[in-house]
Amino acid sequence: MKKEKKPKLAVWKFSSCDGCQLTLLDCEDELLAVADRVEIANFPEASRHVVRGPYDLSLVEGSVTTPHDAERIHQVRRASKFLVTIGACATAGGIQALRNFKDVKEFTSIVYANPTYIETLNKSTPIADHVFVDFELRGCPISKQQLIEVLSAFLSGRRPATPTYSVCLECKRRGTVCGLVTHGPPCMGPVTQAGCNALCPSYHRGCYGCFGPKETPNPSSLSSYWRNAGMKNDELLRLYRSYNAYAEAFRKESEAHEK
Amino acid sequence: MKNRTVKVDYLARVEGEGGILVKVKDGSVTDVQFNIFEPPRFFEAFLRGRHFTEAPDITARICGICPVAYEMSSIHAMENAFGVTVGGQLRALRRLIYCGEWIESHALHVYMLHAPDFLGYEDVIQMARDHGDAVKKALQLKKVGNEIVALLGGREIHPINLRVGGFYKVPTKQQLNTLVDRLKWALEAALDTVRLTATFPFPEFERDYEFVALRHENEYPFNEGRLVSNRGLNIAVNEYDLHFIEDHVEYSNALHSVMRDRGAYFVGPLARFNLNFDRLTPTARKAARAAGIAPPCNNPFKSIIVRSVETAYAVEEALRIIGEYEMPESAVVDIHPRSGVGYGCTEAPRGILYHRYRLNDKGLITDAKIIPPTSQNQKTMELDLRHFVPDRMELPQDKLTWQCEQVIRNYDPCISCATHFLRLEIEERRGREAPAGHEVRSGKAHH
Repeated sequence: MKKEKKPKLAVWKFSSCDGCQLTLLDCEDELLAVADRVEIANFPEASRHVVRGPYDLSLVEGSVTTPHDAERIHQVRRASKFLVTIGACATAGGIQALRNFKDVKEFTSIVYANPTYIETLNKSTPIADHVFVDFELRGCPISKQQLIEVLSAFLSGRRPATPTYSVCLECKRRGTVCGLVTHGPPCMGPVTQAGCNALCPSYHRGCYGCFGPKETPNPSSLSSYWRNAGMKNDELLRLYRSYNAYAEAFRKESEAHEK
Repeated sequence: MKNRTVKVDYLARVEGEGGILVKVKDGSVTDVQFNIFEPPRFFEAFLRGRHFTEAPDITARICGICPVAYEMSSIHAMENAFGVTVGGQLRALRRLIYCGEWIESHALHVYMLHAPDFLGYEDVIQMARDHGDAVKKALQLKKVGNEIVALLGGREIHPINLRVGGFYKVPTKQQLNTLVDRLKWALEAALDTVRLTATFPFPEFERDYEFVALRHENEYPFNEGRLVSNRGLNIAVNEYDLHFIEDHVEYSNALHSVMRDRGAYFVGPLARFNLNFDRLTPTARKAARAAGIAPPCNNPFKSIIVRSVETAYAVEEALRIIGEYEMPESAVVDIHPRSGVGYGCTEAPRGILYHRYRLNDKGLITDAKIIPPTSQNQKTMELDLRHFVPDRMELPQDKLTWQCEQVIRNYDPCISCATHFLRLEIEERRGREAPAGHEVRSGKAHH
């Protein structure tokens, strides 16, 4: 009897917290089913068993922050048929991209005496700045359901269906009262991509932008709304400068509030 | 065989990127390195200038495996700085979410990262072919822990509901009650896990460690207590910096946390167990004794049994907290920021996690110091390898290599945690404010 060959899955880590690849292990109800449909060929966090490439699907977590990793990502790309980046580090440079602003603006005259620092690049950059990426899955961390969607879509040869509209639509859908119109805490929902099911507003706090900019966002309009409500420039700056600080729309908006 | 080199380029089944190198010449170990090549991420540097309310969410991003620990240590440090104590049901809920993180993290490590070593599998998927029921049980046990974290925190990874002063929103009694049946099942599953891990073959390996853990007057420690050791350390959390320092050792590029004038120490489940056995529930104590372990346990391989015992404890504690829960009127206590220094230390699944923040009168962070458990254990891990290898020189290379990996995995190292930092020495331009204590420490080995 001929045994069907399973597609090979690889999980790669760059600079990150491990949380997005852990999301795969957190799929407690689906993990064994996934392992049934794909061959887990390279996933060091879960296995010491390594199967040689090429790989049919590579999930890449983390951002590029060292010269070595800037080389390694090309090797990963060459070994991968499909390459999907997972999480804010891989898609936008992550929280560690806060260095990108410090180096140019504040730390320019600083001397790093320790040579180990030399091994670190000045900037933390998303994977797509280095190689072609077939699909980007947003989030800090990514959503379990969206990860399963990516794997299912890959197995059935279609494009993953993940929304690019704002968190606001998810709030409306689940019936959460809007904090913006009821003078709640600052909320980035109007400029942030959906995917978390509008989690923070449902816990009485403002969205803080884990999933990065939505398509065609208008952050300057949101900022002027908050400025009229009494928010100061440094507060606005910090709002845009977090987990997706280096994503273009958030980066430009934060720079507009820099003194 | 008198000369051997054991080299693991990319250590699997740990969180993060690290390798091992052990060199033996003429029967004695000449070099040991638990090499961490995960890139540094500079958290302490960019925490400066951030508002105190942001620290829990930002530091959670140091580690996707134990974000609750980072949130809790930073929250306690801020409350310490502002002279606030959170009590009653809010305090109980904090213990509850920590129970969830311990259950999820311990189940992950026991079954998915550590057990395959003892049973001779490369990973849990291979293990599932022969031990399908055990693996399914493991996944459900892990899921119960994640359900607690998700219910209280909003989501499993980087929960959004914890804040300085309490929570954004507290659950109703009914919501918590939905967990009870699954937790009752989980208690049996955790006790089965203790029985299962007790049957594993353990290498004969013991050393005379100094164990360090929190100790609370009547609880098994999560959030509060004094720092104690089996050799007489007994200090308040805000005295940490007086007793623990970073040491640059000759045989490695890595910086290690050591106790002043005392050297390496051991944090984590085995340390907690040895120092707080009397604070476990009777069920957990009984399960431990039946599994043949009681303090002092000096064999780090047996930490897998201890993690299972702690899982059973965490499940029972969660049931107790839910049983006694009454929804508080307010989700958060009043916070009035003031300038000063705050200290926080809580028991992450892997051991004590220390945070210290200096704040200005606007509530902005001017200096941050974070010491995760893995960098505190790093020196002890290397010393274990140094003692482990010489007695096992007759083992074939693949077996010796695998056992050396296991020596490191005993500690459930979280390399992502240990490398959020790197020592950088900074000369400031004239006229700028001196960066008081701006040392961003590192466990990073040169790579």
